Amino acid sequence: MKYIYLDHSATTPVDPEVAELMMKYYVEYYGNPSSVHYFGRQVKKALEEARSQVADFIGANVSEITFTSGGTEADNLAIQGAARAQAKKGKHLITTAIEHHAVLDTFKYLAKNGYELTVLPVDEDGLVSVEDVAKAIRPDTILISVMHANNEVGSIQPIAEIGKITREKGILFHVDAVQSLGKIPVNVQDLNVDLLTISSHKIYGPKGVGALYIRKGVKISPLVFGGSQERKMRSGTENAPGIIGFGKACELASQRMAEESKKLTKLRDMLIDGILTKIEHVKLNGPRGDKRLPNNVNVSIKYVEGESLLLSLDMLGIAASSGSACTSGSLDPSHVLLAMGLSHEVAHGSLRFSLGRQNTEEDINYVLQELPKIVDRLRAMSPLYAKANCQNS
Amino acid sequence: MYSEKVIDHFTNPRNVGEIENPDGVGQVGNPKCGDIMRITLNIENNIIKDIKFKTFGCGAAVATSSVVTEMVKGKTLEEALAITNAQVAEELGGLPETKMHCSNLAADAVHAAIKDYLKKQTKV
Repeated sequence: MKYIYLDHSATTPVDPEVAELMMKYYVEYYGNPSSVHYFGRQVKKALEEARSQVADFIGANVSEITFTSGGTEADNLAIQGAARAQAKKGKHLITTAIEHHAVLDTFKYLAKNGYELTVLPVDEDGLVSVEDVAKAIRPDTILISVMHANNEVGSIQPIAEIGKITREKGILFHVDAVQSLGKIPVNVQDLNVDLLTISSHKIYGPKGVGALYIRKGVKISPLVFGGSQERKMRSGTENAPGIIGFGKACELASQRMAEESKKLTKLRDMLIDGILTKIEHVKLNGPRGDKRLPNNVNVSIKYVEGESLLLSLDMLGIAASSGSACTSGSLDPSHVLLAMGLSHEVAHGSLRFSLGRQNTEEDINYVLQELPKIVDRLRAMSPLYAKANCQNS
Repeated sequence: MYSEKVIDHFTNPRNVGEIENPDGVGQVGNPKCGDIMRITLNIENNIIKDIKFKTFGCGAAVATSSVVTEMVKGKTLEEALAITNAQVAEELGGLPETKMHCSNLAADAVHAAIKDYLKKQTKV
């Protein structure tokens, strides 16, 4: 069977060049980068080179990069760290309803522990309004966090404009750029951010490594104590092979991004248009055009449920994901789709395809050939579809 | 995560559809939680002669609906009413933990259809 991977927003394969380089730092250069001897020094040098590759990719200075175990830890470090360091200044925090749970749940934890939280709504395309952010700011606001691009519907937020406001008001601004990195330009200067989260395994690097950009002069408290690694911001022996792989992945992404995004945008639109033409009662979730990530497709297929769609696709070798409750382990469907105003029924029938480097037009055609048949079969089984048809006739 | 039997019933569901002018109709679940099962059945001499289902839901919801129709077809009403959701899951070789509550309502749907039939009988 042919397997087609269309779940790159979940994770990507490691680029062979990255894997090859990492292998050397597992078996050959295995020293602890904190050690004084030759074995340690070799690794330390490579580690610092990786830091400069990551910094270059986002327009930062090397001293502003702190490596973590991934995007989730970087989000936690940014939010908990900034809230704690500024607790005397104020207690008010602002975020949006469509953040990743690594951000949202961290804020909710703080809200239960003495902080006050404002969660901003989004419009039907999953976009935050700059005006809403400005209006939510209070004299005691200490931190605002807005994601660069949404992981489920691909909506790209007006980060630079929000950053302009936070800078004027002197409020710390954190941005989770895990999904946008490598797909659209991410530059900490252009975006006016103070803290920025990125992750390696979404850009063809290894899992288990990410980074937090901390603008020079910004004070945050560490979460992990016990060593002096990462300038005391993140103690623990560095995941050297992972970090070195992340650095290489950033370098490759910076070389390939422009061309790759052009190709992905074409495939994305081909898939969106194909689904909307070939299947009835379908809704595209998220914006069209350049406010959408080049690799994201998210549709709600009415009268069918997302997990049964995924299962049917999987049997044909097609890997996708869904915002259905059945895939999340909770009873509610995607918080992002609900925040965009979708009903529970329609949110349960959502399907996300996230494209990547290896995908071809042939892959998209295969999905467009098989998906309508799957939908027909499931709708024939669905009591909701029969009812909808009666109402229509 | 699903057993082979679940996948079999999901891929080739038995007794899909809706009986015209059924003796009993049962619907459980709601679109909010993402699972709806609708059972229609015909009953003759206290025995389930024919049964069909329609389901909106995940793989487990479809498979439990399908297998329950096989389990109760030809059975007496008492026998069908004695079947539990847990037995349906067992018949499928078990379900993932997270599916046990939200998607395992097939026996409830059958019971609802039988009760609908019985209610109509007492009215007559």
